Amino acid sequence: MIRHRRYFVPTMLAFGFAFLYVPILSMIVYSFNNSRLVTVWDSAHSPTLKWYVLLFQNTQIMSAARLSLGIATLNACISVVLGTLAGLALVRFGRFKGRTLLGAMTAAPLVMPEIITGLSMLMLFVAMERLIGWPAGRGITTITIAHVTFSMAYVTVIIQSRLANFDESLEEAAMDLGARPHIVFFRVTLPLIMPAIISGWLLSFTLSWDDVVISQFAAGPSSTTLPMVIFSKVRLGVSPDVNALATLMVLIVASGVVASAFWVRASERRRAREMQLANP
Amino acid sequence: MRPRRFGRQLVTAVPMLWLLLFFMVPFILVFGISFTQAQLSIPPYSPLWEWVDHRVLALRVHLSNYAFLATDALYISSYLYSLKVAAISTFWCLLLGYPMAYGIARAAPATRSLLLMLVILPFWTSFLLRVYAWIGLLKNNGVINNILMSLGVIHEPIVMMQTDFAVYIGIVYSYLPFMILPLYANLEKHDRTLLEAAADLGARPWKAFMRVTLPLSLPGIIAGAMLVFIPAVGEYVIPSLLGRSDQLMIGRVLSDEFFENRDWPVASAVAIAMLLLLVIPIVIFQRQQGREMAHK
Amino acid sequence: MTTPYVRIDHVSKRYGDTVAVNNVSLDINKGEIFCLLGGSGCGKTTLLRMLAGFETPSSGALYIDGQNLADIPPYERPVNMMFQSYALFPHMSVEANISFGLEQERITRPEIKRRVAEILDIVKLGDYAKRKPHQLSGGQRQRVALARALVKRPKLLLLDEPLGALDRKLREHTQFELISIQEKLGVTFVVVTHDQEEAMTLASRVGVMNRGEIVQVGTPRDIYEFPATRFVADFIGSVNLFDGKLSEDEPEFVRVGCPQLPAPVYIDHGMSAPPGADCWVAIRPEKIELGRTAPAGPDNWAHGVVQGIAYLGDMSVYLIRLDSGREVRVTQANRTRKPEEQFKWDESVYLCWDAGSPVVGMG
Repeated sequence: MIRHRRYFVPTMLAFGFAFLYVPILSMIVYSFNNSRLVTVWDSAHSPTLKWYVLLFQNTQIMSAARLSLGIATLNACISVVLGTLAGLALVRFGRFKGRTLLGAMTAAPLVMPEIITGLSMLMLFVAMERLIGWPAGRGITTITIAHVTFSMAYVTVIIQSRLANFDESLEEAAMDLGARPHIVFFRVTLPLIMPAIISGWLLSFTLSWDDVVISQFAAGPSSTTLPMVIFSKVRLGVSPDVNALATLMVLIVASGVVASAFWVRASERRRAREMQLANP
Repeated sequence: MRPRRFGRQLVTAVPMLWLLLFFMVPFILVFGISFTQAQLSIPPYSPLWEWVDHRVLALRVHLSNYAFLATDALYISSYLYSLKVAAISTFWCLLLGYPMAYGIARAAPATRSLLLMLVILPFWTSFLLRVYAWIGLLKNNGVINNILMSLGVIHEPIVMMQTDFAVYIGIVYSYLPFMILPLYANLEKHDRTLLEAAADLGARPWKAFMRVTLPLSLPGIIAGAMLVFIPAVGEYVIPSLLGRSDQLMIGRVLSDEFFENRDWPVASAVAIAMLLLLVIPIVIFQRQQGREMAHK
Repeated sequence: MTTPYVRIDHVSKRYGDTVAVNNVSLDINKGEIFCLLGGSGCGKTTLLRMLAGFETPSSGALYIDGQNLADIPPYERPVNMMFQSYALFPHMSVEANISFGLEQERITRPEIKRRVAEILDIVKLGDYAKRKPHQLSGGQRQRVALARALVKRPKLLLLDEPLGALDRKLREHTQFELISIQEKLGVTFVVVTHDQEEAMTLASRVGVMNRGEIVQVGTPRDIYEFPATRFVADFIGSVNLFDGKLSEDEPEFVRVGCPQLPAPVYIDHGMSAPPGADCWVAIRPEKIELGRTAPAGPDNWAHGVVQGIAYLGDMSVYLIRLDSGREVRVTQANRTRKPEEQFKWDESVYLCWDAGSPVVGMG
């Protein structure tokens, strides 16, 4: 009985992580495969970098990537501002008129199926264009607006949970020492919620960079984002240059996450050491 | 005191206006359009109200779209199919995610943060590409079939692509972190002495797990299951890439109505009906979250 | 008569139906350390936060140095606060924490530097200026919080449980340090605490609060020796309380008959109440003498059996069951090591006390 238990959990862990990583690894391996058939390993001519070369020569993918990069960055910046404001209002302003409505509107996009969000955004853009002539056609602006609307909900959640764990007496202390509300925000609140803001930024960036469903509704004929290009390509079957693209994206993200994890760990260690010095 | 009030109002007003305009209004719009009829015009639906003789405002509400959804077998079966796929995927996700979360929560602190990072890492990489990766594995001449055939286990490739199985795999794979993280957050808080107390009182490990750990982790299970189930019902990308073409999920039906048939009113009605389907799980989820907040 | 420095004038604070502070009036003099003492939820922190400006009174007014504080936001009040959690800004060094408040005023850089250095010197943290709060020990953090509030030269310093987060050894040392800094700078302190020992050592005057009201104001000695109400007698220190009826009330003495005591209680001061009135009598455990022989006089004695003994080293606490069934606490200093002088379990003992020891009251 006990022996079963001792092996069961580690086995499941190993299986689970294999399940999570084998597809990614196989995708990476086959990106170096010479054969167009992707899954048949051509050992005579592999490994090869030819798909990477082709990838960078593919102007459709490259321009879509640039467009996505721009939209994701813009989206992340706007979402962080709006999400921080919403989080601040929800956590710090107590009960005010419209609090329930704001709370519901920031929570709803999290559980709303993407396809409905996309559909409703498009209906709005069409109606608005007919009524006031803006936004004229669909493109970067409409995609960004759509992305911000659901990204900011995620940022709000992150900021809310950070502010809820935040010792409110720090803000009171700043005010007590003579700082006006906006100075309290910029000198005390903002620096202390910065980690949450950064993770909110990164999350918004990723959500936008990754989104295909909402973009399909909000995009116009001349604005095709990278996920839209990938989606239409892989719907037709596997394609080796997508493997190469995926490999590059995985490597960038992985190295970023690993580096930040090391950084967090190193600074935690330093902090622990300093705390020990202070309380011998 | 007055500038302070003004500042506060500004802080609240900006996100409020954004969400009203870009979330609330569109939603109301979809709701309204679902009561119109498709017609050849721009935009392609009948107006919801009209001025009759420039004096009387006439509301033209059509329930025909909903009647259509309720009677057409295609819609009913795709709703039921979506629920089935979401439920089965959630079940497998829980079955795989629970032991993983448990193992991570019980690991040594240094290992724990590494394992957690490994769970979160795929979440930061493209969802679309991760689903795509399974095509390479599941195809008839894909990695799994090739390995099994070269080992001599099978002689004919197993058809896995465009089956329910592939969709389950895709959903479990994509949403596993959403199951593991709330479960981990819950299990990690458990007081280990509770299990020691149970053992001390004579419960064998399995009994102790069933009577102590499992009931205490129920909030985590509910949160994780809802986080998987809710998006899975409306899932569009995974069934499009891996799933059957003879049985569509509801998200795909909506997209087809809109993009292929250009029937905006029916697409809107499909969306509203889908939301109605999700109301119960969403309410369960929100209540759970509210209770967690109250405990803090 | 001089006008008080801080004046709390009929202040109440209500949250919906609950009354946190109920019609409190209080005068605090310049340069004193005034302690608000009370259990949790008695309204002492709410009162403090109203002085700081984080809460607004539902009714009544607050004055400092003659200035009405209503409509003055916290960042413009001549009041500073030392928070219970210290609320040190974790992202700023000790120096930056202390200079933060000065930067909000129109003060030149060199002047800020000078004043920060000066206050760091006073709290003996000169060597720690560049450290971050998490690199400091608890006692050091407490001193930074104090310095940060004092450097603004407030008219009034509010301290919320200033010693609550320190361990026992450090508390005693810090208490005296706090008093000496206060004497050096002459700032008026208002301290909120639930710890009577802290209040007794720090305060020049104590205000005891209960259920949103001030029940007694006085010097620590007054409050301990002459509690005005049954609540104060019970709250400060430990006490044996008896219900009784006034049997004689003369100008220079009173006699009280308590059903739980075999003899009347004789107290050597008068009180103006009709004979037969209900009253209470409080006798502190250390003011009762234990003996093996019956006392001579007719008043102020009792008889019982030792039910329990707690040996604390410097003294012992005896729990004695009187013949009436009532249990009484008595403490005796352990002046010798001789075993025959110690009382034993189940031993029959007599209790007696001076006529000046009991406190009698009506409320």
